[in-house]
Amino acid sequence: MTAAPPSPPGPGLGPPGPDPAAPERPPALEAIGIVKRFPGVLANDGVDFDVRPGEVHALLGENGAGKSTLMNILAGLYRPDEGEIRVDGAPVSFGSPRDAIDAGLGMVHQHFTLVPSQTVTENILLGLRRPRFYLDAGRSEGEVARLATEFGLRVHPKAKIWQLSVGEQQRVEILKLLYRGAQILILDEPTAVLAPQEAEELFRTLRAMTDAGRSVVFISHKLTEVMAIADRVTVMRRGRVTAAGQPAAGVTKRDLAQLMVGRDIVGLYDKAPFQPGDVLLSASDVEADNDRALPALRGVSLEVRSGEIVGIAAVAGNGQAELAEVITGLRPCRGVIRIGGDVVSNRPPKHAIKAGVAHVPEDRTGVGSAPNLSVADNLIMKRFREPPVSRGWLIDDGRTRTLAEELKDEYAIAAPSVDTRARLLSGGNLQRLILGREIETRPAMMVAVQPTRGLDVGAIETVHRLLLERRDGGAGILLISEDLDEILALADRVDVMYEGRIVGSFDAQTADIQQIGLLMTGAGGDEPGDEGVAGAGDLGPAAGPDVAETEAST
Amino acid sequence: MTLRIEPRMSVPRWLSPAATILALVVALAISGGVIAFVGGDPIRSYLHIVGAAFGSVGVISDTLVKATPLLLTGLACTLAFRMRLWNIGAEGQLLLGAWGASAVVLFPLLPAGTPGFILIPAMMLAGALAGAVWGLIPGALRALLGVNEIIVTLMLNYVALLWIQFWVFGAWSEGGFQQSEQFPPEAFLPRLTDFASAVPALGGLTVHLGFLFGVGAAILVWLVLERSRWGYEIRLVGDSPEAARYAGVDIKRLIIVVFAASGALAGLAGMSEVSGVVHRLQDRFSPGYGYTAIIIAYLARYDPLKVIIASILFGALILAGREIQPSGVPAMIQGVILFCLIVADVFVRYRVRLVRTGAAAGAGAPGGSATSEA
Repeated sequence: MTAAPPSPPGPGLGPPGPDPAAPERPPALEAIGIVKRFPGVLANDGVDFDVRPGEVHALLGENGAGKSTLMNILAGLYRPDEGEIRVDGAPVSFGSPRDAIDAGLGMVHQHFTLVPSQTVTENILLGLRRPRFYLDAGRSEGEVARLATEFGLRVHPKAKIWQLSVGEQQRVEILKLLYRGAQILILDEPTAVLAPQEAEELFRTLRAMTDAGRSVVFISHKLTEVMAIADRVTVMRRGRVTAAGQPAAGVTKRDLAQLMVGRDIVGLYDKAPFQPGDVLLSASDVEADNDRALPALRGVSLEVRSGEIVGIAAVAGNGQAELAEVITGLRPCRGVIRIGGDVVSNRPPKHAIKAGVAHVPEDRTGVGSAPNLSVADNLIMKRFREPPVSRGWLIDDGRTRTLAEELKDEYAIAAPSVDTRARLLSGGNLQRLILGREIETRPAMMVAVQPTRGLDVGAIETVHRLLLERRDGGAGILLISEDLDEILALADRVDVMYEGRIVGSFDAQTADIQQIGLLMTGAGGDEPGDEGVAGAGDLGPAAGPDVAETEAST
Repeated sequence: MTLRIEPRMSVPRWLSPAATILALVVALAISGGVIAFVGGDPIRSYLHIVGAAFGSVGVISDTLVKATPLLLTGLACTLAFRMRLWNIGAEGQLLLGAWGASAVVLFPLLPAGTPGFILIPAMMLAGALAGAVWGLIPGALRALLGVNEIIVTLMLNYVALLWIQFWVFGAWSEGGFQQSEQFPPEAFLPRLTDFASAVPALGGLTVHLGFLFGVGAAILVWLVLERSRWGYEIRLVGDSPEAARYAGVDIKRLIIVVFAASGALAGLAGMSEVSGVVHRLQDRFSPGYGYTAIIIAYLARYDPLKVIIASILFGALILAGREIQPSGVPAMIQGVILFCLIVADVFVRYRVRLVRTGAAAGAGAPGGSATSEA
């Protein structure tokens, strides 16, 4: 009853781009002419989108292209200003995520919503009305286990959430939706938090779900993944659809990249010749514990010279996050870390800042920025102690604003003004803010952790360019990333970390990707997995009968 | 049709002040209902309250006298709350401040006959210092050991109360009464009425210098919070302690310092009460200014300049309370105002919609959306 669709319902219920092969059934989900305005931004400008039963539909687009807005509308978090949503051909109106899930639509967000101290089953039951008072744990656990095996979601129903890896937690989120009977699952950049093997497992799960007639909307920035998993692809750019429901088989990565950013992307960078200077950062035999007081660094020694980018290649959770924290003084350690002779380990973070260490942290919203402070306040986080921003014990408001305006222009931070709260910025803009702030201090040493995670192709290029500029300007850069392509494109040297140790060191020019991949996964572990080719086959013997059973029962 | 409560994605700029004003109006309406229920005439009561608080220069002066301790303690809360340090011990810090100021006269720390221009600053210093020490205890416990500051500050309020009683019933008791002897006139904060000989119109106006201290402190706290490096650190920690640590802020030190400063402001309120109004230390001289301060800081949305307005409003309520005895009406109004403010806050962050029950199958009770996504 919200608003009448601007376009007439039209003859038939077919999707906007009807092709002869279209199924008889109406699309499982259809969004027609969705318009959503935010102050100063037209986030969705007449967007059409449809999902067929049993398909994986990838949604591609740069940050700020309007993907998340569209998905939040479909998941009941936002209400569209105009347009219509239909589920199985029938118009629906969602006032809350609960309405959406009642209609069979569920979304897995990038940030999970699980209670750490409760078990998997308890989390899945949370918020349901069904067990009204008495919780028959045994029965529910049985149901959860059945669902889990049906779709290859390996997770123990009795495990507590805090004991689980990020990949396992994601499985719980998916189980939560399946348990509530979701027919259409929206996954917002699901592989961003996963190790390659976990991603493959996720893809097998997605296949199992589509084989059972459910549909998946897959938001991603990674073209390789999209090509590997999607049946159809929709590309968005600046609030509009630039390619609607193209069969994935018929497009190339290059096409998609162009549709996303509207121009060709340069794959490799013309790097200035490698001219390393003196040793800037030296760490010897550094040991540290993680937040759970378990050893995270077990004797790490490394050096970074000026004019050099050293890449740390590692799968998440192998100590690279802790390495960044001990260098920047955020985590205590044993051993010694020096920046140009000055000991920075076990000193307050302020000391590292004064020693000229810039830090692009992994967590942009929690650590790298203060979400409710203004863009201007966020831009002075590292220099509010010094003139010209400070004047004695006062902060010069005028000069702060001038500086902020300059940085906003120089680093193309798209925000209505420097008074805008940082949390209203999109991921790419926030990262430009953080990078701009860190680079403006002309740091001798930069520690960049996952600097491009979750960013779109255009923003990634900007970030890479900025890092290379700093390198050519004589800074030493420690680049910690899970994206091997990124490391190989930028780094001069690559150190591979595994279980808190550096297990290999390579010259980036001559590095053997296979070898690095092996070391990252703990050498001789699995065979170097070629991306998800095998599909559900790997799971075959175990999953087969279960799938057959459900098909029979439905 | 059912009610749905769902989180707002963005909050319009006008909404928060509008909700505050609406909350005040609703609170007065509810309180009016109660007054009517017990047989009173709400309109007349309110008019009487307004008259009693603002009806003449004399009562306005009295209102400002009541507003003074509220202003200073309200600022104490504001400073700490901005950093999300829940100092609800302004009451205890006020009492200690009063004790510290009294100690200068009663021990005596300065010899009798010390002129006012030395004695008053000394009392201010002693009051602020004693309040700061009382704030340091929860501050240090929180910073160094992670002890919950709410519990410590609340408990210390009772300790402070007993501390005052220990002195006014004991060493400083005036003839066995629960009060000290009166301070010498040099220890009085100057009042407007003191200048009546020169300007007769000022006669009977009891507003004292403490109010000016309060206004000055409000401006100072504003300046510190909005325009100083220190205030920047406070706002940073208040918004995101992780980001503050990353920016090189020494959070532990800041907690201790802010707690001490907060205590000093509340201590100054105590000094201003004994030196400007009571002119002696006595048991129960504060009707809970330090607790009302929490409401005031909240009502002012932690904005030091708005604390001035809020404390005058509450000063008026307290003053009017004497007028419309013997009921607890002003206390009730205060309580209802706080409740309405908290409810208004919910409406600022969430919106309520009417939904056709048919739209979503099996939609039962409201309050569904438990998830709030960034």
